[in-house]
Amino acid sequence: MTLMIGIPREIAAGEKRAATVPDVVEKLIKLGFKVAVESGAGDAANFSDDVYRAAGAEIIDGAAKLWSASDIVFKVRGPTAGEVGLMREGGTLVSFIWPAQNPELMQQLAAKKATVLAIDALPRMLSRAQKMDALTSMAGITGYRAVIEAANAFGRFFNGQITAAGKVPPAKVFIAGAGVAGLAAIGTAVGLGAIVRANDTRPEVGDQVKSMGGEFVKVDYEEEGSGGGGYARVMSEGFQQAQREMYAKQAKEVDIIITTALIPGKPAPKLITAEMVKSMKPGSVIVDLAAEQGGNCELTEPGQAVVKHGVTIIGYTDLPSRLAKQSSTLYATNLFRLTEELCKTKDGVINVNMEDDAIRGLTVIKEGNITWPAPAPKLSAAPAKAAAAKVAAPAAKGHGHGGSSEPMAAGKLAIMFGVAAVLFLLIGAYAPAAFLGHFTVFVLACFVGYMVVWNVTPALHTPLMSVTNAISSIIAIGALVQIAPPAMGGINRPDTWILGLAVAGIALTSVNMFGGFAVTQRMLAMFRK
Amino acid sequence: MSESLATVSYIGATILFILSLGGLSHPESSRRGNLYGMIGMALAVLATILGPRVTMAGVPWIIGAMVVGGSVGIYAARVVKMTQMPELVALMHSLVGLAACLVGFANYIDPAAAANLSSAEKAIHEMEIYIGILIGAVTFSGSIIAFGKLSGKIGGKPLLLPARHWLNLLGLLIVIYFGWQFLHAESVSAGMVPLIVMAVIALLFGIHMVMAIGGADMPVVVSMLNSYSGWAAAATGFMLSNDLLIVTGALVGSSGAILSYIMCRAMNRNFISVIAGGFGTGGGTPAAAPSGDAQPAGEAVAISAAETAELLREARNVIIVPGYGMAVAQAQHTVYEITKLLREKGVNVRFGIHPVAGRMPGHMNVLLAEAKVPYDIVLEMDELNEDFPDTDVAMVIGANDIVNPAAQDDPNSPIAGMPVLEVWKAKTSIVMKRSMASGYAGVDNPLFYKENNRMLFGDAKKMLDEVLVALKS
Repeated sequence: MTLMIGIPREIAAGEKRAATVPDVVEKLIKLGFKVAVESGAGDAANFSDDVYRAAGAEIIDGAAKLWSASDIVFKVRGPTAGEVGLMREGGTLVSFIWPAQNPELMQQLAAKKATVLAIDALPRMLSRAQKMDALTSMAGITGYRAVIEAANAFGRFFNGQITAAGKVPPAKVFIAGAGVAGLAAIGTAVGLGAIVRANDTRPEVGDQVKSMGGEFVKVDYEEEGSGGGGYARVMSEGFQQAQREMYAKQAKEVDIIITTALIPGKPAPKLITAEMVKSMKPGSVIVDLAAEQGGNCELTEPGQAVVKHGVTIIGYTDLPSRLAKQSSTLYATNLFRLTEELCKTKDGVINVNMEDDAIRGLTVIKEGNITWPAPAPKLSAAPAKAAAAKVAAPAAKGHGHGGSSEPMAAGKLAIMFGVAAVLFLLIGAYAPAAFLGHFTVFVLACFVGYMVVWNVTPALHTPLMSVTNAISSIIAIGALVQIAPPAMGGINRPDTWILGLAVAGIALTSVNMFGGFAVTQRMLAMFRK
Repeated sequence: MSESLATVSYIGATILFILSLGGLSHPESSRRGNLYGMIGMALAVLATILGPRVTMAGVPWIIGAMVVGGSVGIYAARVVKMTQMPELVALMHSLVGLAACLVGFANYIDPAAAANLSSAEKAIHEMEIYIGILIGAVTFSGSIIAFGKLSGKIGGKPLLLPARHWLNLLGLLIVIYFGWQFLHAESVSAGMVPLIVMAVIALLFGIHMVMAIGGADMPVVVSMLNSYSGWAAAATGFMLSNDLLIVTGALVGSSGAILSYIMCRAMNRNFISVIAGGFGTGGGTPAAAPSGDAQPAGEAVAISAAETAELLREARNVIIVPGYGMAVAQAQHTVYEITKLLREKGVNVRFGIHPVAGRMPGHMNVLLAEAKVPYDIVLEMDELNEDFPDTDVAMVIGANDIVNPAAQDDPNSPIAGMPVLEVWKAKTSIVMKRSMASGYAGVDNPLFYKENNRMLFGDAKKMLDEVLVALKS
């Protein structure tokens, strides 16, 4: 049985994107599906019905016919109540849903016994899910378009020029929030020749900013800003104060501000106050990419471009749609990658495998049962923080026992302690006091060595080994004390033999002692930043 | 110098050694750490020479021996090539082991050492001598073999004698039996026979132990022997009732053991089965046997140096994965030249270092540091393994097993489960190799046959020089 994938025309006002493009239609057909496209679905994105037909799609007139013919529906925007009404009982829908914001839509879809994959619910931390990450591909377009909109509203060149008609300074662009959209904006603005600065509450993105050619502006306040899953989180009052001061300073200096700060499930933080807007140079531009969530600027009007205090504030919420051909192509490819995951057998039948972390996260309704939110996925590679905790955990177990990286089972631990206790008991029962003194020192030193070395950075393994090797030549002391001890009355010592052995011992260890430290020195001299 | 003053100096030396090891944990403090180690050692030696247990008669001998040994050591440290560092360290371990043996024998024939001891104390003292010589001998012969394997004088393949575990057990029983004989020996000359027999067995055991371990596990072995040399020092300390020796020996011993443990974890190898001797004891096939059912299919695609340069020039993100091949070819300087050139053009070049790349942990870091590669672009495997999908070109220079996808895909592979750098996820991966031969683990590498992989055959240095010329033009 071959399933039919249907692409209805987007009916939301101003939405120009289409959920698939002709190139992808061909690939879907290769996977074994049939594809139906509603007449006019791609018009706004410059894909005519004829091109879809040439790619092998069936063109159907009218939304009602298309919805009833389709087993699977690909959409961009979540369906309206009317569209849900057209949907086939028990059908499958792939689209942006935003389940947290749209509980009613979820109920309607559940009532239709539908299976719904919300592309916005993708677990983005899974590296193999990246190819299906439509949020990322849309955000990249948003960032690009934000710079284009800013350039359009800005009355000057972006790049500095020295011409016969005078010198033109380069535009200064400040980007608040270096997520995908922010980074794309940095790249685009740098490409146009502007001086670009960026800030983010997550310090680890500093390198990414630099890699795009921007300059990372730090907030002068120590606090870790990474929330779960690579998103930012709400910061403390002290940090926000320092951040406001930094923004106020930037507002006075730069010509263009692009804000992209979003915190999942919260209204967008108000980073740019009316005061700051007033302090900007006349003719400056603010592009607020968080307009839909209330805006990062106090004066933003969502969906509008307004001029306040001589500053153009752009709050468009449809930036991807303004680049309809590009965003349709990327979105279609994301959905195609998802389809590949759903149909590994390439026979035109989908299998919503709830064991798969990526698919499990995407699936918000399965056959009429609401399965959202999904449990946190088992990450294949833990983020940096978890890794640090992991390093600390094995530190709790004794060294040299077992090679597995899993935490030691309680039973195994108990046996270990038991064996240790018996050993200590034996030593305590039979050994003389003098030995016990040395033994105490020995055991403690073992632990000190263990504690000191555990956290060594792997880059230094070789120098560390070399220095411990040099230190092990302390055995020279053993030879030194034998070479010529104070005479002891009445004991006949075979002096020549001992002297010979001890001198040989000293010579050998000296090689190691001097050589070891010298080699370590030579190695370390090469480590530089 | 009085007894107490000497003891206080020992405490000072101990603290300096601890600071030294601690300092070596981070690049910023590492040079100071080494300095602490030197001061500590000087303090310990001086305090001993000036202390009450050495008379003036010995001083000329001491100075003579130290001048000879010291100049040999410093000369060796000056002339050694950075790529030969592992061999040098292994060779030096063997000296410590030998010295421990000599000190043990000297102590045994010295009647003054055990003159005032009660019978229980005498038994313990003799046991300490016995154990000290045992560890010292194992360290000595084991290090020599490790040196031979690292420098290529002995083949890398593990030598697996039939019933080798039984041989080891038999050796252990003989050692215990002679230990009993030794403790009950009437005189020094009577005790000498079991002592020498034991030393010979220990030497054989050391050879056998390291011979049975494959070349790929040599880093762990070097670190293990480092640990042994520490234990040998600690045993000598017990024998001489010298706390400084005990503490320092224990420090070196435990830190070496932990280092080997950390390395084993990085290779997903069982710690016990590595020390017990043998890659493949953990139920896997011997290294040389092919894993029949999972022969990679397809064709490897070759690429020229000029094409490589073209790919690099057009890339935005490049990750370089160096391996032992880079060390052998001494290509690190050329690698850095290329890196510098690309970075000036705005390409984001980084280095991905596998924890066990090369023949020693951190081997690659040392080589790259020698070539003056700034260490903030040299990243550990865990730090950048997720970045490969965003990488345009991943360049593998003389590495094989650490980039083998079979470790993840093929549960029957001998290296299954070992963490690897996922270079095949980059848009293009380029593998620089002399030929299609398999790596140290003796496993074929399906990476070479992947669609997005290119092979650049030839000596790493020569090929990289050509790439550099092409990049500059």
